Amino acid sequence: MAAGHEGRDTVGKAELFLGFLKIGMLGFGGIAPWARHVIIEERRWLTEKEFAAILGIGQVLPGPNTMNAAVIIGDRFQGVPGVLLCLLGQMLVPLVIVTALGAAYLHFADVPAVQAAVVGAAAGAAGLVAGTALKMARNIRPRPLSLLITAGGFVAVGLLGWPLVPVVAVLVPLGIGAATLERRA
Amino acid sequence: MSDAPLIEIAQVFSILSLVSIGGANATLPEIQRQVVDVHGWMSDAGFADAFAISHAAPGPNIIMVSLIGWQVAGLAGLLVATLAIMVPSCTLAFIVSRTLSRWADHPAVSLIKAGLVPVALGLILASGVAMMRTADRGPLTIAIGLATAAFVVFSRRNPLWALGAGSALMVVAG
Repeated sequence: MAAGHEGRDTVGKAELFLGFLKIGMLGFGGIAPWARHVIIEERRWLTEKEFAAILGIGQVLPGPNTMNAAVIIGDRFQGVPGVLLCLLGQMLVPLVIVTALGAAYLHFADVPAVQAAVVGAAAGAAGLVAGTALKMARNIRPRPLSLLITAGGFVAVGLLGWPLVPVVAVLVPLGIGAATLERRA
Repeated sequence: MSDAPLIEIAQVFSILSLVSIGGANATLPEIQRQVVDVHGWMSDAGFADAFAISHAAPGPNIIMVSLIGWQVAGLAGLLVATLAIMVPSCTLAFIVSRTLSRWADHPAVSLIKAGLVPVALGLILASGVAMMRTADRGPLTIAIGLATAAFVVFSRRNPLWALGAGSALMVVAG
């Protein structure tokens, strides 16, 4: 199981660039599931818990959580050059594709098969994101109090549609409190 | 297209970069307000198209900003918008990353990290549900979403297989 392995001590510059190039290239429906797939399951750079913590830091900072994660992971393994390589790798292919799509879109938007494919991919992408969260939860096995925090964030943002910033502002201190209590227990 | 000055693009997106907690999906309403209402760079329909295209492409959803820059001011607009949305938040992430690793041995830092784990889990799950709501076009799309989620949970194979299958199924059924 992925949760059992140790993270790596070193990851080379070329490896970082190629890994994030792949993450960016695969990243349909958002990057986090693919980042997890490549970093945890495929290349084993980090443990599940380390990755979740980095995503968590990325989440509370402004900007996309995965872009912040790329900065932190790049810095951790290769300093400033690592940061730049991770960011460039992550953005390069998507930038080319999105402009090509933008140019092609006007010509093909009316074709029913194109619309159906986009709808199907969007539904799959939603499942991909939800499945990734469930898998991370299964591997990390949060203790009861932490699980309550997870459920609270899910209900508030996912079901009730509350704005993210105040929810994060409330949940982060609660999460830290839960971690403190659970460590003591 | 319009001759929106690059400096304005840089200003708008670098400020958005620093307030975009939660990434592109969470910041979407504010991006729309700036681009459509405040600056008039795009119509509502044009903005909706940009949103759809950027979600059909791989990569971070924030790439929508690059597409907006490109549609408003060509290649220079794309580069300026991309850098403007990335540099401020990435610089902040870098500072935080350095600070955390300097204090890595401090017990408070490991508690903060541990405390962020369940928050991140809940919010990722929430964004999956929010995406599902947007993608919902009837029972088949829900089934594709649930099947893909199950595939990810129970298999270590590349999730692209599930995405491709869902897309193909939709084409065949449609």
